[in-house]
Amino acid sequence: MNMSENDFLLQVQHLRKYFYRERLFSSDRKPIRAVDDITFSIRRGETLGLVGESGCGKTTAGKSILRLIEPTSGQIFFKGKNIVDLNREELRRLRPYMQFIFQDPYESLNPRMRVGEIVGEGLEVHRVAQGREKVEKVSEILMKVGLHPRDAMRYPHEFSGGQRQRIGIARAISLNPELIIADEPVSALDVSIQAQILNLLMDLRDQLGFTYLFISHDLRIVKHISDRIAVMYLGKIVEMADGEDLFRRPLHPYTQILLQAIPRLKPSGRTQEGPAREELPFHSLEKGCLFQLRCPHSRERCRMEEPILLDQGEDHLVACHFVS
Amino acid sequence: MVIMKTPLLDVRSLSTHFFTEDGVVKAVEDVSFEIFEGEILSLVGESGCGKSVTGLSLLRLIPTPPGKIASGEIFFDGRNLLKLEEKEMEKVRGNDISMIFQEPMTSLNPVFTIGDQIMEAIQLHQNPDKKEARKKAIEMLDRVKIPSPEARIDSYPHQLSGGMRQRAMIAMALSCQPKLLIADEPTTALDVTIQAQVLRLMREIQREMRMAVMLITHDLGVVAEIADRVAVMYAGRIVEYGPIETIFGEMRHPYTRGLLESIPQLEDKRKRLNAIPGQVPNPMDLPMGCKFHPRCYLMIEDCKKEEPPLFQVNDNHFSRCIRWKVCCY
Repeated sequence: MNMSENDFLLQVQHLRKYFYRERLFSSDRKPIRAVDDITFSIRRGETLGLVGESGCGKTTAGKSILRLIEPTSGQIFFKGKNIVDLNREELRRLRPYMQFIFQDPYESLNPRMRVGEIVGEGLEVHRVAQGREKVEKVSEILMKVGLHPRDAMRYPHEFSGGQRQRIGIARAISLNPELIIADEPVSALDVSIQAQILNLLMDLRDQLGFTYLFISHDLRIVKHISDRIAVMYLGKIVEMADGEDLFRRPLHPYTQILLQAIPRLKPSGRTQEGPAREELPFHSLEKGCLFQLRCPHSRERCRMEEPILLDQGEDHLVACHFVS
Repeated sequence: MVIMKTPLLDVRSLSTHFFTEDGVVKAVEDVSFEIFEGEILSLVGESGCGKSVTGLSLLRLIPTPPGKIASGEIFFDGRNLLKLEEKEMEKVRGNDISMIFQEPMTSLNPVFTIGDQIMEAIQLHQNPDKKEARKKAIEMLDRVKIPSPEARIDSYPHQLSGGMRQRAMIAMALSCQPKLLIADEPTTALDVTIQAQVLRLMREIQREMRMAVMLITHDLGVVAEIADRVAVMYAGRIVEYGPIETIFGEMRHPYTRGLLESIPQLEDKRKRLNAIPGQVPNPMDLPMGCKFHPRCYLMIEDCKKEEPPLFQVNDNHFSRCIRWKVCCY
């Protein structure tokens, strides 16, 4: 490993996660390619936004990276170490450094555990703190996320959605992780609460130097929090660039359609008739570009040959034969 | 849009309460608004603000008990809906006023084809023969731009994508040419590209049919795309009410401003958002005075004392804030 690669906290290479349908009376072994050969890196302290519509594979990618589900193939280097090769015990020892924040603050907290136990569990399991020290540590963490130390004695159902997401964040940061994968952390929340949680995530990043992989379908939110953005479509990254650059000059037709579809907050700037075609069911393409059937610029080559992700300069990568 | 005539829908001081074991939830309290023919009024607010209960109250679909329309009048086309016999109300539903919901998968029956379901609506209200109803259903599917409607009419809901299902729901809701469509979060379950298509479709059809629409949503982006006028709701009350340009450009209520500033702007990056502090109050334990005062940056002592009325800012713009003159400028 050379020096420049040291800047990267996480390097994901050719990650794939296929799901095989179990069918009783057929031998259909064609997999669903939820994540299909994605490659990207995140620098220390950087926030990479992973954006795409439902079913594009962004959540599966996030979970595969932490091996919360086992990837089908590929390499995942975390601090230079390939975590795909690690056994259970080695992986367990690495867990404190990489944490996950879930979308649904109602389902991701154990209803029978007090908040103090939820947040302190990791401290105990990884022998960071016990007893009195644990209680103090938990208080400190709760205050960091805007909760009160006495909330440790309460149960998750006593809290609103936004407060529960704070608990989820407290659990994630309890072991001082370096990488946090946040999967739609504000999607289930009301607008005013979304803003509070986004502010919290950004404050924590500034104070504690976290590196985020921020997964969301909401382009406004991804733009707001990310340094770089990767756009996924049907299991692949179709475009990846600096956030400002991506919004200024989206190069992939899918990205262009996505950006056009963001409702403007000015009644005078209502979105105009875009070229987007109706969405299609998830199957059926044998070869060529995955976006060919919805693409307004689709040509012969797009039906024959799948485009690969290529750098168009300034670290702006696009997978399209006809980059405009 | 200037329309100087009697409104199609005139809601006056509507209050809908739920009587639960733990106490009375005043989900909707003293809500008044109007909808004119051919316009889109949006009720916007966060979860629990009473926007959906308002929609259900209009159709008298509030589950009773525990719910009850405690007071108010709902004039539709000159008749007070709250005074109608249940039988007459049934004729209003679907015929004159239709409703579509957030999740098309749960509002469509999975064991019938979408054609069956649209035809049922048509036959129930208009009594044509089966052939005629089928023809009409195909027309409706075509109108909501479902490709090859002759084939799709025999599809089951699960065979359609989310966007297609919502189109089918719209086709069903519009099959009897209602005068008013109540759309409750119609695009919330959809992906952003599909949302844009469905909103565009709703706007087109609404204009063609000169239909009135009450759009219930939490998403100010959706409001900006499609509404003519807006009523912002908080804790069961309308806190600001006015034309869309006013609400987005010259709002006079701190909650409206807070909602707008909670949404990240595409232009500025890495700035902290001006989030509204605190959280929506418990509906069984609302604060005294202005319901928003504990979260408000403009709060003064008077705000805690009594509930402010809707102040008239100008002809058609109202704000429930005693400090509306200093608010937001």
